[in-house]
Amino acid sequence: MITIDHISKWYGKFQVLADCSTGIERGEVVVVCGPSGSGKSTLIKCVNGLEPVQEGAIRVNDVAVTDAGTNMARLRSQIGMVFQHFELYPHMSVLNNICLAQEKVLNRSREEARAKARSLLQRIDLSDQADKYPGQLSGGQQQRVAIARALAMDPIAMLFDEPTSALDPEMINEVLDVMVELATEGMTMMVVTHEMGFARKVADRVIFMDEGRIVEDAPTEEFFNTPRSDRAQAFLAKILQH
Amino acid sequence: MFGEFDTQIVVKSLPFLWQGLQLSLLLTGLGILGGVAAGTLLALMRLSSFKVFSLFSATYVNLIRSVPLILVIFWFYFLVPLAIGRPVGSFYSALIAFIIFEAAYYSEIIRAGIQSVARGQVWAGQATGLGYWQIQRYIVLPQAFRNMVPILLTQAIILFQDTSLVFVVSLRDFMTASAIVAQKEGRLVEMYTFAAAVYFVICFAGSMLVKRLSKEIAR
Repeated sequence: MITIDHISKWYGKFQVLADCSTGIERGEVVVVCGPSGSGKSTLIKCVNGLEPVQEGAIRVNDVAVTDAGTNMARLRSQIGMVFQHFELYPHMSVLNNICLAQEKVLNRSREEARAKARSLLQRIDLSDQADKYPGQLSGGQQQRVAIARALAMDPIAMLFDEPTSALDPEMINEVLDVMVELATEGMTMMVVTHEMGFARKVADRVIFMDEGRIVEDAPTEEFFNTPRSDRAQAFLAKILQH
Repeated sequence: MFGEFDTQIVVKSLPFLWQGLQLSLLLTGLGILGGVAAGTLLALMRLSSFKVFSLFSATYVNLIRSVPLILVIFWFYFLVPLAIGRPVGSFYSALIAFIIFEAAYYSEIIRAGIQSVARGQVWAGQATGLGYWQIQRYIVLPQAFRNMVPILLTQAIILFQDTSLVFVVSLRDFMTASAIVAQKEGRLVEMYTFAAAVYFVICFAGSMLVKRLSKEIAR
């Protein structure tokens, strides 16, 4: 469903992505990990074109993200994205956060959008928070709302960019639970995260990045049990020692 | 002349002064509306990735900010009629000059406001498929303006004071009306004291409002 084909990207002279290639099949859950500054967040932002690439091609559902003629808004409306810092709209209620793009992009009626938002809020157990503003919610609640906002568009795939990195430890699980549920329902997911427990539980594959390169791309069991590269071994040793 | 302070003359000329004040407020209000609208457009152009737009906006702002307001008024009152072959009229030359002038200042304020909105907010909008104008309209500008209200108001207070410049094109704003009465009745002290008091009350109330709003927003 998602094909990343030999992409490279530079910020000025600094190369952030170097010849990265991989793919994600329909229904697959892929976790991307690696040390900070390895390019994993940049990679995931390239998938829906939030960051441009200078070389290579990305295709989503056979539409080329990297072509100038592609209707990016249409493409993006089909791919949900969840950000590290939630990025809920602070001046809108929770309900309106979830309704905005439904109404303006999918042209759903107000009633239709609200009904969809309410059913999603029920699903993430936040029905009673619909009329609050994002600032009145905890970090974990905000991130669940952000997931609901993305799901409201009925996406064919979901991108998660470090969804739990900005959360207090006690709130991480409530967000991961929603993600696990999504994964078991068969959602196609690309997840940048350090939560190796989550990776073990639901990921089909793990991609390990370092210095802008995809160093390992292996089935989950294989990645954890027999990582091939030294760098992945060192990374796992550091992150799993507790 | 400094002998007796005649309050009667102020009371007697209140209806005339009120007409002047209405014109001052009308010019201020329309100047703000037009200035904010044009300023927003200029700010978006300045931040655009299209070089032509940002260059145009930057040139406009630098040019306008380098000339006195009264000169812009003269342009529209004296020079534009030469170009278009018919008079613009006092009211419209003043109003257009205010809008053109204020737009340059507002655009810099609004640009800072837009830049104060986190980059991730734009990403979030883009990621759900919203287009450029939708993102500006529903996500960026509401947040930007909320942060900018105090400074926009401060600029409005300055504009209110600047409307007194319209006397040069013989419009009867509040200041001009006061001056007319003062000259005609020979009551300079009374009228100019009263005018000062009115300006003070309005502008001071505005400043207080700015202070309160700033606190509100900082919360």
